[in-house]
Parts: sequence; structure tokens; C-alpha cells
Amino acid sequence: MKAKEQVEKKKKGLAFQDLILKLSEFWMKRGCVLQQPYDVEVGAGTMHPETFLRVLGPAPYRVAYVQPSRRPADGRYGENPNRLYKHTQFQVILKPSPRDVQDFYLQSLEAIGIRLAEHDIRFEEDNWESPTLGAWGIGWQVLLDGLEITQFTYFQQCGGMDLDPISVELTYGLERIAAFLQGVESVYDLRWSEDVTYGQIRLKEEQQFSSYSFDRSDAGAIRADFEIQEKEAQRLLEGFDLLRGPERERYPLLAVYDLCLKCSHLFNLMDARGVISTTERAALMARVRTLACRTAQSYAAQMSPPTDAGQADASEGVRA
Amino acid sequence: MKASVKKVSLRRSELLFEIGCEEIPAGLLPKAQAELRSVLEKYLVAENLAEGAEVVTFAAPRRLVAQVREIRLRQLDLVKEVLGPPKSVAYDSVGAPTRAAVSFADKQGIALDKIQFVATPKGEYLAVKQVIPGRTTEKILAEILPRVIQDLTWPRSMTWAGLSDARFIRPIRWIVAVLDGKPVRFSYGDVASGERTRGHRFLGKPSLPVKNFREYEAKLKANGVIVRPELRRAKIEKELTALGQKSGLKLHADAELLDMVTYLNEFPSVIQGQFDPAFLDLPDEILITVMRGHQKYFAVEKRGGDLAPHFLAVINLDRDPKGLVRAGHERVLRARFADAQFFWKTDQKCRLADYLPKLERVTYESRLGSYRDKVERVRAVARWIASQWFNLGLAQAHVPDADRAAELAKCDLATEMVREFTELQGVVGGLYARAQGESPEVADAVYDHYLPASLEDAIPRNLTGCAVSLADKLDSVAGCFAVGIVPTGSSDPYALRRAAQGIVKIILERSVPLSLALALGAAVKALQEHAPKIAVPEARETQILEFIQDRARFVFREKLGFAYDEVNAVFRAGSDNLVDARQRLEALRAIRKSKNFEPLTVSFKRIRKILEKAPAAEKGHAVSEEFLKLDAERDLHAGMREAARQVQARKREGKYREALEVIADLRNAVDRFFVDVMVMAEEEAVRRNRLALLGQLLAEFTTIADFSEIGGEESR
Repeated sequence: MKAKEQVEKKKKGLAFQDLILKLSEFWMKRGCVLQQPYDVEVGAGTMHPETFLRVLGPAPYRVAYVQPSRRPADGRYGENPNRLYKHTQFQVILKPSPRDVQDFYLQSLEAIGIRLAEHDIRFEEDNWESPTLGAWGIGWQVLLDGLEITQFTYFQQCGGMDLDPISVELTYGLERIAAFLQGVESVYDLRWSEDVTYGQIRLKEEQQFSSYSFDRSDAGAIRADFEIQEKEAQRLLEGFDLLRGPERERYPLLAVYDLCLKCSHLFNLMDARGVISTTERAALMARVRTLACRTAQSYAAQMSPPTDAGQADASEGVRA
Repeated sequence: MKASVKKVSLRRSELLFEIGCEEIPAGLLPKAQAELRSVLEKYLVAENLAEGAEVVTFAAPRRLVAQVREIRLRQLDLVKEVLGPPKSVAYDSVGAPTRAAVSFADKQGIALDKIQFVATPKGEYLAVKQVIPGRTTEKILAEILPRVIQDLTWPRSMTWAGLSDARFIRPIRWIVAVLDGKPVRFSYGDVASGERTRGHRFLGKPSLPVKNFREYEAKLKANGVIVRPELRRAKIEKELTALGQKSGLKLHADAELLDMVTYLNEFPSVIQGQFDPAFLDLPDEILITVMRGHQKYFAVEKRGGDLAPHFLAVINLDRDPKGLVRAGHERVLRARFADAQFFWKTDQKCRLADYLPKLERVTYESRLGSYRDKVERVRAVARWIASQWFNLGLAQAHVPDADRAAELAKCDLATEMVREFTELQGVVGGLYARAQGESPEVADAVYDHYLPASLEDAIPRNLTGCAVSLADKLDSVAGCFAVGIVPTGSSDPYALRRAAQGIVKIILERSVPLSLALALGAAVKALQEHAPKIAVPEARETQILEFIQDRARFVFREKLGFAYDEVNAVFRAGSDNLVDARQRLEALRAIRKSKNFEPLTVSFKRIRKILEKAPAAEKGHAVSEEFLKLDAERDLHAGMREAARQVQARKREGKYREALEVIADLRNAVDRFFVDVMVMAEEEAVRRNRLALLGQLLAEFTTIADFSEIGGEESR
């Protein structure tokens, strides 16, 4: 009897992969494109171009995707039950923000098995800001019985530009939610699937990447790499500025954005290695932000070229 | 044009107004509640609807609510008298209307024979009485309520639809506006007003029709929302006390937290959770910071004041029958405490001083080096301060303690605990120091050395803590200025104003003798001698001193309530020793009201002007009794010498008020001098002698306060 109870308890709550499936299904039914994680290291789902670039401009869009997010300074060699070098976000962007977006969100919690009336769910002020992306928004952290499970943000600015329309961003912290659902104390005890644990899949990664970013990375090499990536991004951005009209349309700004993301990750690696000071930190962040803002501005210009007469003529000429 | 309100009695009723929102930050609600009332009242006044009406407002996380009782349903008619041309112009000698009369009547749209005449001081004028009929309150509200919403101010508003759309603190999702039981129709952004409110997200219905405030309050209560903040607070307090009593525990009182949870919940209920007593090995400061700051839990104490392994959480639900919520909160707290415990253990694997080398990697400012460098500078300055104090008679000042505390003060910056709970910097170092057997004097000094964080905050509790705090702040201000980080307008990233105010506050509150110039000199010397060896030019040093003195002026004015001119007068006479400056200020304030004082300040102003205007060659001579021609100047000279003797004696005893009284008594002699004596006499020797007399007077008697600064347009 007791053994059976234990098995029951063990099976409680969605497995990690089922959680992803449920959320994907829920948001797909609400008109979201299901995208894939970005294949460049990012610190958060917001940095995926499906968020950062899609929220610019007027075109409506709805997208949902999983984004493994690397934060080298948060690594704990796999020894802390709650802290990870790489955690998993489930990211949703709704553009423009629907009126009943909070209700949508709460329904998504029901969809993953949380009975709303039995829990203390609240929206507590937490305005989100990413200094390296020149982005900020107004919103909350959603607390479930005191546990932060989601960042809920109405984007106001991105890449230093005011947004119009406003997008809403929902960022679910999947490990925390899964641990809550399954009632486990350590993230490594989570059931990823029915018979494989999170620890079996991810522990090595946590150990080795913590070891790399805290103890074994070559700070000098990382710094040099940062300079190279930044220079390349700057070169391309200057190239874009020199072009006019239709030549701009195929210009590789998406590649520039990748370089910008690389700089951001390299900065995080330097930070984790403890080689940058508070002031230098601010200066490096400003450099990444400058890249991000210039990229966003160029991207916006590429999407909707200025309607100045001379340029309009030129582009028509090409189309004809 | 004259206007008068016609007395008509009209029916009155009630307005119910609710701005329904997504969750508004709890910290902003009390001010918003008050502002909603004042803004609404302002518009009602402007529309002549305020008389006899009463506005009451309420706030909860998802709503700002106003009830206006006894509001007129219609504005009173306004009778306006429009004046036309003078009768003498409008009618000719035979009484026939001229063009002026005809065009006035035309313009006002009435027949000539309806025109009246009114007597004015300038003669008889044509006049027309116009009645502007009062509009319905409903129509007026439809216009002003959107403006009321718009006029509420927030630290950072947002838009939720698009740039050109409405702004507010959080998206507005519904608006209730019901006057006399009927809806008032308008829209704000994408929301149309109506008569439906919404209950609690999980305890109530999503749509509730309401006709008046009474029904509104009752229906909401039945649907999980307590509209009145005072009732929510009372419910929380009652349940906190009851739960505490049940388990024989005492609430760790926290007024700020109580405010917060009152505005964080629409239907607050208190639940009690517990944690593993093993966590109680952690210091109370850490346990409370975790519970309060992160989770908004109240801590509870056993009899005797020790923390109990329990917490009280305020949840936004009516109950927790299955204990699921409690279990969830306990689980979160367990993880947080486990983190803290892990940090505590890891950090203590080595001694606090062992973190010193790690501070080399924590940069203070790129040009000012690491915290390791800062520690050496702070040590030097703290030693200097302690030795100054000792030499000036403060027997408890202890140089080795100051040195040790300064050495350990910043070590906790490299600990895991402070990396996680940055608000505990200093505190953690102090706790570790105590746990590792440092003397209480040193451990407390480390604990306190960031104090005071603001002008309201306490200063370090012991002298060593004061020395380290002063040294740390002097180094920050001097160092940052030296490399060009100077606060401008709203930009003060290194909080140098706060640091300088902290210096002032410590000196004044602890009443310690400290020359600002010498202390700054010690900080500058430390900057020059220790890595990275920053030179501070003299002009910069002067600028830094002025900056600190400017903050001292601010503290004297804004916090101690001295007048602008009093501070100027006293500072002009010297401000290097702030404790002394405060004593002089107190004396000046005390004597200011006496009858001789204000007239004397006028004379001193006059003296300063005369001396300023006099050519250089005329000044700087000594007074020679042989050239004192008139009684008035001889008397002034004699009175002055006697007064100077007395003033010196009083000053030596620190009796500034009595010294000022002696000076004030010179008033008659000074007045007579100005009546009888012409300063700029023909004869050069006499003229120079008189200027010398005045110069001496000014020099002798402005060492406590320069009276020429008192009064006039400068006394802002």
C-alpha cells in the first residue's frame, strides 16, 4: 500500500516534456506560431530574434517557443537544487497585446494542471529591463504560493525605440513550474519523461559549463573574441548606413544581430570569470546596448524604408 | 461682466466611479487613492458641483474607487450680466438709440426694449442679463471623468495598446460610472464605461451589475473583494494577532510590511507556516530579510524575543482548506533558507580577513582601483580620524580598532551571502566578524559602517563605526571628485550627495570634533599615497570641501530647520567645525528675535557696503585714537574694545548666545555713529581712521556669524 502511494506520488504532476507539450498546445490553439529555440547562446527568451526583432514595427504576430537560457554567473556546478547555468524558458509573444491576456495566461496555468482557486496566485509589480538590449517593459512577476513562476511584461521599448503596438511577453520558468507540479525539492529530481530525470539529462552540462565559466575559461581570449565580434558587427552596421533604398532590403542585419548576441554571451562569460569591475561592467554593457540599439534601428528602417521622395522613386525603379 | 449664481434647489444623488485595472503596484495605491480624491474634487469645484458634495475614495489592487455623496444632478443656472456701451453713447440727446445700442442688442441677440441700465461708478451703462442654464451632471461627468483618469500621476506610466493610445499605471480593463443609479457613458482609451464591476479573480464573479455604492460594496464583499483598505488592514491585523496568540507567539511588528500587504490583496487572509528549527541557527537579520524582503512574510517571536520557526503569510484568498498554499509557501521558504544557510556555511570556511585578496577583483571604480585599494585608503583615514579624536580628548577613540574595522569592513562584498542579499552588505560582515571572535567594538563597527543610508537613518552605534563610516565616505567623495565624477542635477551614480550628508550627520549627531578641511586633507593624502595613487590638485580639493559644506548647509536648512540666511551668516564666519557651527547657529536663532538684533544686521550690511566701495588704498590701516574726532566714534571705539574683550571670553567658554548679546548691545553706539559721523570725511587721515574703525568692527564681530548676511531678499 505504502509503496503504491509512493509510486502515485512519484507520478504526480506533468513530466517536464509534457509541460512543454501542454503549453505549446495551449498557445498554438490561441494562434501562436510554434517556433524553435534560437541556436546562438542567449541569456533569455527575449533575446531570440522572434521576440527582439518581431516586436518592432506594426505587423501583428503571435509566437511561442522554448528557449534554453544560459546565465554563466548563475551556474552552481550542479550542486544547488534551484540554480542553474542553463535554465529553460517558455516564451510567448502576443502582438498586439490582447485585452484578456491575463485571463489567457491564467487559463494556461489551468491547462498544465494548476487549480486556480486552490492557490495563492498574484501579480506583483516587477518591471523588466534589459540594459544590454535597450529594452524595458511594465509588468509583474507572477507568484504561485510565493514562488515566482512567470515574468509578465508589456514591452514599452526595444532597442531604444518606442514600440507601437505594444506586445505582451510571457516568460514561464519551466524548471520551477515543473518542480511545483511534481512536488520535488531539487530540479535534478524532476521527471523529464516518464523514466528519465532532469539530472540524468542535464547534470553533466551544469557541472562542466560551471567549471568552464568559473574556473577554466581564458578571460583574455574571451575578451579578444568580444572585440572581434563587436568590430564585425560595427563594420556591417556602418555598411548598412551607407546604403540607400532597395540595396538595404537584403542586407544581413540578422547576421549583425547574431554578432550582437555573441557579444552579450561573451560579456556574461567575462562577468562569471570575475574579471570585470563594476565600472568596466557598465561600459561593456553600454557597448552591447549600442550594438543592439543600432541593429534594432537599422532593422526597423529595413522593414519600412523612409518615404522620402527620392528613395521612393529609386525603389519603384527597381521593382519595375 | 458680472456673474451670480441663482439659488435653485435641485435634487442630489450619488456617483459611483471605479477605474478597474490589472494589478496596480501596491506601493503606489495609497497615494493614488488620495490623489483620485483631490483631482475629482478639483474638477467638481471647476464645474460648480462641489458645494455640499462629499468625495470618498478607496483602493485595492485592481481598482481605484470614488464615491461622491450628495452631488447635484444638475448645475445651478448661471446668471451673467453683460455690460454694453455707456448710456450716454448708446442714446442721443432726445433718447433715441444710436448705432452703439442697436449693435449691442444685435450682438446679445435680444430686442432693444429688453435692454436694462445699470449704475456703475463710471455712470450708467447698458446691460443684458443672460441666463446660462445649468448642464446635467451626467453630461459634465462624461467629460470630466476621462480627464480625472488622465490627470492621475504615476512614477512610470505605460501604454498597453499603442503609442497614441491612453496611458495609465497598468492597463485599464473596465470602468464603472453610475450616477443616481444610471450609467454615465464615456470611454477612456479602448474601454467604455458602464455599470458592471468585477469580483475577485478566483473568489468572485467576473461581471457584477451595480447601481450604487452600497450595493457595490456588498456585492464585492460577497465576491471576494474588500473595497475599504482600513477593513482589509483590520482583518489582517486581527488574524495576525489571533494566529500568534494561538501558538503563544508574538508578531515581529512591521508597519511597512502591513501597509504593503493591505494593498497587495483584495481579500487578505493570514496563514501560518513553519520551517525547520535548524534554520534558526542563522542570524535573525538574515532570516527576517529573507522572509520579509523576498516573501513578504511576517516573522514571529517566542517569549524573550527569539525568532520562532514559524511565519505568517498574507494570502489573497479566503482560506486554504487543503493546506496547499501553506505547503507551497513553506517549500519556497525552505529553498530560500537553504540557500542562505549554504552561503553562511561556505562563507565561514575562511575568515573574514581572508576575503581581502578577493577584493582585488572587485572594482570600486576603474580609475580608483579595486575595493582592496579602497580598504587601504579607508584604513589610513580611519586611523587618522581616531587619532585626531584621541588627541582632542575623546578617550574611547582607539586607533587599532578603527584600523581593524576598516580592514574588515568591505570583506563581505566577496562573500556569497552579500552577492545574494546585497541589502545585507556590512551586516553580514559584522555578523561574520562577531562569529569569528573579533571584539564587539570592531564587529559592530563593520556591521554599521554603511550607516547612515539616509538623513532619517541611524548613525553607527559606536565611535569606531563612526570613524570607519566617515573614512569610507570621505574616500568615496574625494576619490570620485578627483577622477571627475561630480554629481550633476539628477545624476549622482555614486550617491556622493548621500555620502557627504552622511559625513555631516555623523559629525553632528555624535557631536565629534572634526575639521572638515583636515579630514579631507587626510583623505586626499591617502589617495595620493596608496594605489592607484591619484593626485588631487588644490583647486579640486577646494571644490570637494565646498561640496561637503554645501551638503552641510542643506542638512542645517532642511533637516535642522535653520533659515537660509542664518546658515549663510554662520558659514561665512567659518564652517570647518560643524559642531561649532551648529552651536553658533543655535545662538543666532535664539537671539534673532531680540530688539537690537535686526537693526544691527542692517548696520552691518551698511558697513560691508561702505568697505566694499572704499578704494583699496584707504583700507587696511590701523585705528589711531588721535584721529578719533567725534564723541560718537570715540564711544564706538571704546564700546567695541570692551565688547571685543567680553566676546572673546564668552566664545572661549562656548557661550555663543551671550557673546551675541554683547554684540547686539553695540547697536546704540553703532546707530549713533552713523547719525553723527560722516565716514568719508574730507581729511584723509580721519577718513582712513573711520574706515579702519569699521573694518575692525566687522572683523571682530563676524566670527560667530556674519550679520551682514541676515535678512533682506536672501532669507529664502
